[in-house]
Amino acid sequence: MADDADKKNGADGAPRQERVKPDVPGYFEGESMTRRKVFTVASQAIGGLAGAAIVLPAVGFAVAPIFHRGKERWEAVGPAGDFVEDTYRQVVFTETEGIGDAGKTLAYIRRGSPDFDEDPNSFVAISNRCAHLGCPVRFVEAAGNFICPCHGGVYDFQGKVLGGPPVRPLDHFQTRVQGGQVEVGPRYSVTSQLEPVRARDPGEFTGGIWEYLYPPRPSTFPPP
Amino acid sequence: MPKIPDSIVPAPLRKPAKPGQGGTAKGQAPQDLKTSPPERPSDVQRLTGKAAEAPAEVLAWVDQRTGASGFLTGMLFRKVPKGTNWFYTLGSATLFAFIVQAVTGVFLAMFYTPSATQAYASISHINNEVPLGALVHGMHKWGSSVMVILIFLHMGRTFFFGAYKYPRELNWVIGVVLLILTMTMAFTGYLLPFDQRSFWASIVGININGTGPVVGPYLSDFLRAGPELGATTLSRFYAIHMLLVPGAIIALIGAHMYLVVKLGTTAPPWVRGEKPKVAVPVSQLDAGAEPNGRGNGASPSR
Repeated sequence: MADDADKKNGADGAPRQERVKPDVPGYFEGESMTRRKVFTVASQAIGGLAGAAIVLPAVGFAVAPIFHRGKERWEAVGPAGDFVEDTYRQVVFTETEGIGDAGKTLAYIRRGSPDFDEDPNSFVAISNRCAHLGCPVRFVEAAGNFICPCHGGVYDFQGKVLGGPPVRPLDHFQTRVQGGQVEVGPRYSVTSQLEPVRARDPGEFTGGIWEYLYPPRPSTFPPP
Repeated sequence: MPKIPDSIVPAPLRKPAKPGQGGTAKGQAPQDLKTSPPERPSDVQRLTGKAAEAPAEVLAWVDQRTGASGFLTGMLFRKVPKGTNWFYTLGSATLFAFIVQAVTGVFLAMFYTPSATQAYASISHINNEVPLGALVHGMHKWGSSVMVILIFLHMGRTFFFGAYKYPRELNWVIGVVLLILTMTMAFTGYLLPFDQRSFWASIVGININGTGPVVGPYLSDFLRAGPELGATTLSRFYAIHMLLVPGAIIALIGAHMYLVVKLGTTAPPWVRGEKPKVAVPVSQLDAGAEPNGRGNGASPSR
């Protein structure tokens, strides 16, 4: 404590002899909080509060989008009769609004097939976003496969991984039929067994322990 | 009231020189004033003399109030070790590359529009219509690669010369943070033209960020400002690129250079300390002991 040094030393730094400061009013033996200490702690606390008042809202503002889920968006992509069960049909629709063509994405849509125990009145919409790093995959009719041009990822007719670096099957979009029109909705990811889970970014595994290592994000929609 | 020029005032009426000037004793007229009055400088001479001193006076005025000259002399005339060579200029070259980025970036910001629908058009406007726009944009674009290359060369010099060792570890740590910040600049700047290449490169980059366990998905959402790359992603990258990271880089460059000046630079590893010249008693020579053996008297600082 500085007060001790003040008591002991004179102006020249030499130990002061025999001159003892009179005790301040209210002093008692064993006192631990001096006036100087009170003001030091108080000014630091007030400064910390003022700093927090600036930093916390600013940081919260910057990270808020992590916890914000946008409006659910459905877009009609064509009459139900246009889609068949043994091959895919490309549709382009807007996934992100406000950025023009950059917000559009492509889906491959077919009718549900009894071969895969699917309801013939349902529709399967597969995203063209590669599950490796997000390049656009293409459905190759002759092979019946989805092929990614970037790093050679290959997916089968259902979107399951056949080879290459992808970590999980291709993403799906929710579908529904309204007034004879097929509509596509929010994106969701699937496990290797095609069980729906919340949408994950490319490069993130799904299913099992990976559901904890790559936790679902609050900004995505619950799977169907 | 204007002062009467000395040339028209009779010599005896002129104001005597100030004490300490003109070689006269304090407060006394010169002894030989009547016989040979001292030659006074003409107005032109006095004015040119004053004009010649003006810059020094301005500097002295500033120095008296800041004490900057002591700091500047210490920094500019500091000693460098024997063996200092061209490799030691890589740090300054990196700083120069950063200054190029800062200056060209400020002027690019005058024409650039950080909007998802207008960014590409504003960049092609800069490249195709603004006078010298392609040059300034090119300096910024290629200069970013130059800066990254120079950083790695500078880092290699520091590593291979052992200049990261005590007492300069903290400067190495600051340098690594500066490297990461420069990479952040390169990554966030890549999206800004908003063409096909930058769009897909940013998507791939963000997805690589997302593969980090547990925090990765949230980091991706933070970078994109949402689950998909959207309109706010571009403004977010722009703010990080031109406000957040440059401020941090400038502050850390200041700390980096302060430590360089304070600690000094190292000699190259091939430069050995000189043997100190000390007197050796003849008795030791007689005993066959080698005087001042290697490593015995070498300066520990080398």
